[in-house]
Amino acid sequence: MNIHEYQAKAMFRESGVSVQSGVHCTTVEQALTAYDSLGSDVVAVKSQIHAGGRGKGDLFCPESGELVMHGGVKVAFSRDEVENFASNILGQRLVTKQTGPSGKIVSNLYVESGCDIVHEYYLALLVDREEDSILVMASTEGGMDIEEVAETSPEAIHKAWFDPSDGLDEEVANSLGDSIGLSGPSRDSFAAMVASLASLFIEKDCSMIEINPLVRDGNESMVALDAKVSFDENAGFRHPWREDLRDLSEESDVEVRAHQHGLSYVDLEGNIGCLVNGAGLAMATMDVIKLYGGEPANFLDIGGGADSESITAAFGIILEDSRLEGILVNIFGGIIRCDMVARSIIEASEKTGLKIPLVVRFSGTNHEEGRKVLEESDLDVITVSTLGDAGEAIVNAIGGN
Amino acid sequence: MSIWINEETRVLVQGITGSQGTFHGTRMVEYGTDIVGGVTPGKGGQVVELPGRSVPVFDTMSEAISSTEAEASVIYVPARFAAPAIIEATDSFYELNGGGLIVCITEGIPTLDMVKVVSHLEKRPGVRLIGPNCPGIISPGSNGGCKIGIMPGYIHAKGRIGIISKSGTLTYEAVAQTMSVGEGQTTCVGIGGDPVNGTGFIECLEAFENDPDTDAVVMIGEIGGTAEEEAAAWSKENFSKPLVGFVAGATAPPGKRMGHAGAIISGGKGTAEEKFEAFEAAGIHIARDPSKIGEALVSALVEAGLRES
Repeated sequence: MNIHEYQAKAMFRESGVSVQSGVHCTTVEQALTAYDSLGSDVVAVKSQIHAGGRGKGDLFCPESGELVMHGGVKVAFSRDEVENFASNILGQRLVTKQTGPSGKIVSNLYVESGCDIVHEYYLALLVDREEDSILVMASTEGGMDIEEVAETSPEAIHKAWFDPSDGLDEEVANSLGDSIGLSGPSRDSFAAMVASLASLFIEKDCSMIEINPLVRDGNESMVALDAKVSFDENAGFRHPWREDLRDLSEESDVEVRAHQHGLSYVDLEGNIGCLVNGAGLAMATMDVIKLYGGEPANFLDIGGGADSESITAAFGIILEDSRLEGILVNIFGGIIRCDMVARSIIEASEKTGLKIPLVVRFSGTNHEEGRKVLEESDLDVITVSTLGDAGEAIVNAIGGN
Repeated sequence: MSIWINEETRVLVQGITGSQGTFHGTRMVEYGTDIVGGVTPGKGGQVVELPGRSVPVFDTMSEAISSTEAEASVIYVPARFAAPAIIEATDSFYELNGGGLIVCITEGIPTLDMVKVVSHLEKRPGVRLIGPNCPGIISPGSNGGCKIGIMPGYIHAKGRIGIISKSGTLTYEAVAQTMSVGEGQTTCVGIGGDPVNGTGFIECLEAFENDPDTDAVVMIGEIGGTAEEEAAAWSKENFSKPLVGFVAGATAPPGKRMGHAGAIISGGKGTAEEKFEAFEAAGIHIARDPSKIGEALVSALVEAGLRES
């Protein structure tokens, strides 16, 4: 789960991580009031969306498609500029390297006091799955894409690890500060910030905290000029307050609805809908479709506890896709019985008025019974028994590639 | 004959009085697993009826291990209680037996809980964790066998192939394909698809290398992380038996979590293509088509002179 920069900074402020004063706004009027209240000649007017690359992104008018402004993060030197930038951002479509070509409509703005920047750094905390530990990563190359830095100048990236049971050792934070060339008050300021972030990371069950850029200001203090925080969804039960931070407009509507039915769904570009039990088998099914010359329209794992209701919901969700030309159901029965799935498919097909080719592959628990149920029904369905046959059958059924 | 478990392995069920614990406890006994008891805090002294046997319920793992001489446990408790259950099992096995096997089926455990669990385990050598978020481990025997998990037992048969997989149903698919080419299994291990977990590919490969009854291994990976690449590099130096590999998710888009918490391509890392390349570089027989895992196994066996055709 991701949150906006303004929400992350509010959390930083509470945890003692230094940030500039700022105000969250949703209208141009609020942005102007914010400018007046901040009392800073220079302010940053920042688009709030859950994607990186905002500064280098482009804003387009959602109706006409015309370019409105380059850059989703602007520095304003006057009240007029604030008004101009805020109205060019709010309600427009921001396209960045990370949003994809469709971009995101900006409904939230953050107006923040300007900062006296001496140098820009990079700082991130994340779960390191190879080390089974929490990784703190710092770099002297602030403001740049960290993956690019890792490619071009890996020596600029410095790493340290800590165990959540022990917390972060002060020495470790200090030496990380040394390694990015900080000394004196700026090194102390850095170490204190890393310590606060480490506590925050553990307390709130984060999966990542990224500050890019982290800046050293004229007072030798370290300030988080940006803030990107994401949480581990699995730990949601410990943190009911997260629901208030959730911006549903940032999440794919269909993925949210699928989740409510216990389904795991990801929208893809193709025309063959997939309904599979198990994440690995669902990915393998997509791979087979592609290998036989087709294109999967989605990833859909119905999970181990699927029932008639969730399978009907799954069919409904797949069929919303107007590009859809065929459906492949691939079930390897374990706890789930194929005959139950067969009955659910018939019910769902009747309810949704299915008109496109349907290929069903059953294996495992009660696969013969399942196949029999389908073959004895009025449903127009192609049944197959192996994964390879399934891929071939669905691609042929929609008329090849 | 198998790795880590066999028909004699004495197994406890943590969460035995819950619906999942009782359901799978029953299935495991039906398969031939020696379930000797269970643990549910607050329900000690009760008895759970499983096919052909009544097993005692204990309040704690220590009592359960002392009374039943169990060597392994399987965890079916909800995600929020799973990490404490693993830690309790770890401490009890370590203190009482100097080691043991813990299989955690539970899905959705917070990642930081698992980071703590893994660091706890590292300090207690001899205790092995399989999972979480996995189907478990199974070793088919000549009559039944030992199944510690949730997989459908009947699709397996005793044989000479080892199977390691991050996935659940895709493991069953691989099993079905080895069966369709007339090969059974020594042991199948589902290591789970979470970013931080217990036993990894390399430990499984090492155990299969040392198992005289395993002639070849099928390894099923998926996108995310670099465990497959590391296993490939390790196998090149240390694994002498034929190895077949597949990686799910060649068509997965970057930045999207594909069901499993760990199955995500991030920062351009963890793609199926990189993993296939690492497999090829290590001389692993790859099946790019998941419907051809069985065929790839046959050609690997033939090439090694372990099968005629």
